[in-house]
Amino acid sequence: MSRKTLTRRQFVAATAMSSAALISAPYVRGAYAAGKLSIGFWDHWVPGANKASTDLVNEWAAKEKVEVSIDYITSNNKKIELTAAAEAQAKSGHDILQMPSWWPQAYAENLEPLNDVMEPLLKQNGEVNGTVKYLGQSGGKWLAVPATPGSQIKGPCSRIDLMKKHAGIDVQEMYPAGGPPKVENWTMETFLKAAEACQKAGFAFGIGMGETTDSVDTAGAIFQSFGAELVNAKGDITVKTDQVRQAMEFYKKLIAFLPPDAPSWDDASNNKWLISGRGAMILNPPSAWAVAKRDAPQVAEQCWTHGFPSGPKGRFAPYLPYFWGVWSFGKNKEAAKSLLVHMSSPSSIEKFVAVSGGYDLPAYANMTKFKTWEEEGPPKGTLFHYPDPYKHQTLSIAASPAPPKIAQQIYFQATLTKMALRFARGETMEQALAWAEGECEGFMRS
Amino acid sequence: MADVVVERGPVARATGARKGSSLRNTLGRKSTVAFLLTLPLILLIALLVLYPAFYSLYLATLNKAMTKFVGLGNFTFLFKRETFWMVVQQSCIFAITAVIFKALIGFIVAHFVHNIPGKKQRKWRGMLLVPWVIPPAMSTLAWLWLFDPSYSAFNYTLSFFGVGPIPWLGDTFWARFSVILVNVWYGAPFFLIMYLAALKSVPDQLYEAASIDGANWWQKIWHITLPMMRNIIAITTLFSLIVTFANFDIVRILTSGGPLDTTHLFATWAFQVGIQSSDIPLGACVSLFMVPILAVAAIFILRDVNKRGNEA
Repeated sequence: MSRKTLTRRQFVAATAMSSAALISAPYVRGAYAAGKLSIGFWDHWVPGANKASTDLVNEWAAKEKVEVSIDYITSNNKKIELTAAAEAQAKSGHDILQMPSWWPQAYAENLEPLNDVMEPLLKQNGEVNGTVKYLGQSGGKWLAVPATPGSQIKGPCSRIDLMKKHAGIDVQEMYPAGGPPKVENWTMETFLKAAEACQKAGFAFGIGMGETTDSVDTAGAIFQSFGAELVNAKGDITVKTDQVRQAMEFYKKLIAFLPPDAPSWDDASNNKWLISGRGAMILNPPSAWAVAKRDAPQVAEQCWTHGFPSGPKGRFAPYLPYFWGVWSFGKNKEAAKSLLVHMSSPSSIEKFVAVSGGYDLPAYANMTKFKTWEEEGPPKGTLFHYPDPYKHQTLSIAASPAPPKIAQQIYFQATLTKMALRFARGETMEQALAWAEGECEGFMRS
Repeated sequence: MADVVVERGPVARATGARKGSSLRNTLGRKSTVAFLLTLPLILLIALLVLYPAFYSLYLATLNKAMTKFVGLGNFTFLFKRETFWMVVQQSCIFAITAVIFKALIGFIVAHFVHNIPGKKQRKWRGMLLVPWVIPPAMSTLAWLWLFDPSYSAFNYTLSFFGVGPIPWLGDTFWARFSVILVNVWYGAPFFLIMYLAALKSVPDQLYEAASIDGANWWQKIWHITLPMMRNIIAITTLFSLIVTFANFDIVRILTSGGPLDTTHLFATWAFQVGIQSSDIPLGACVSLFMVPILAVAAIFILRDVNKRGNEA
């Protein structure tokens, strides 16, 4: 067996040749040259809606040469909140995490400022409403980008037939498909009378008085329409005011016309109430209607989504936006920002809206008149007024305008529904207000 | 000097030999082997139990933004909160009522099952254990549907008798009743199986002797069964009390603490305060309050068991 030996000269020559070849070779960009990106998206309840996000991300990833991985995280049992809390504590996790309403403010210190993403987007897509600014900005810094998937208005979804028959209100005439709303008489007083009439007819309004978001969001809009704030924008406690008292009096009357177990309702209860045919109205995005289309088509055909009644201080609609945040400890922040720009382009937004059957609401002013909302049915036009195309109401979140870190606690401790319920269940006005004041004092911790 | 040098070699060797043999002895000791065998588990417990426990103690001493040490500030803040004292009271009501009913039902059913002969007993034992082996998050969902405001099967059934509808989860009394009921349903089989094992270990001769002496069934239970089962009852009660106090899933799924916070327990309120309201230090504080309450219960029960053990 012969063994070839390598001389020192041969070794030096071979090394030099290989180095020269490597240096002079053309640069070939690898499939994932721009690194990796890990994303946590909200798991959409509309079947197939996650596909829109997956397709848009893959389309961008192929162009930008980024290796992406997506986790769809359900909002059931607060899984998104738990994920956000765990990642913020561990300073490790996804590069982009989708989070609802209050969480960008809660983790402001851990989020990458996104002004460089938001400024061009606002020029391109139009301004965002005050609630998106209140929740998404801190000290002039954008904490997160408003996400179209998941963002929703929780306005009334009424039964056309029952409202006409028992309350004498033609909701289609009031909110005609394709035309501006005619809402001079659509006030809190009319709403209360309708609630009473429908309850007496055996079709009570399905409004929860529990501690989950649907109940709290409704309470928020009603309190705001009376100008009632528990804590004002400066952070002062303003529980014992005439406006709060008026809102409480209104709620007490309303609770008498609601189902007796409304205090135990969660976010699924109102949907079931409408789909089962037991209620003339619920306050919810069109998810209940969408499920009714499948499970109770005769109910779905009679559903009409429209605007909120107005109170003495204006017309407020409960609004729950979602955001995409980029962790400051993320490993590929530039790629994350590039993806957020891609997902916020008008064509991407239109795709989100179409795939979700009109459920997802863009936050931008120029994005409220897509064909999906005009065409969805039955009945055709049922979602036309869902995105508030004529901007006749203020989209708001409960407990605002209190400083967000205080408002978040008022919201999640359901202080509004609890104080209304205490008053309705026999406590005096002053007792209920004193209780709420004590709670708000506790929320002032820093 | 030279003598000393000569002496040192064997001494050093002897010390070395002693060391070697003492290591062998140490390794040969049963207690050392037992310790080494349990070491992986001890490490696992340290990692998964002790570390989080000490970390939550540390968290409980921080301010809401977790930037400043506030000592016992969070605890003194909690003492002033009306809701906190309500949660303490409710946790006690929930745990004590549920444990009493679980123990009673377990005791009675264990007697019935004990008296079923042979193969049939095995079938009954299997069936009665079903609630305990289903993950509580799943079985509680089924209960939620039974209590559902729109589709409650209970209310539907009661309507045939002209009763109801009962606001199972919407009224304070009924909501507390419902969460305790589900906890009893889930936990009673544990008592049943423990009591059944204890019953089987009571010698039949004792009952025979008692019968000869003319004892009735109540006297047999009071003077034979209960004294023979005392330690099992004590340990089972302690264990169940700890688990029931720390319950989370049943309340979280059924009521989320409502209506008006009247079903909150330490764990559910800690979750609401800590995670949902982004006040992790206060949430840690709330959950730590279980420790002194359970420690007192544990000391009393275990002291009693020890005392009887020594007497025996």
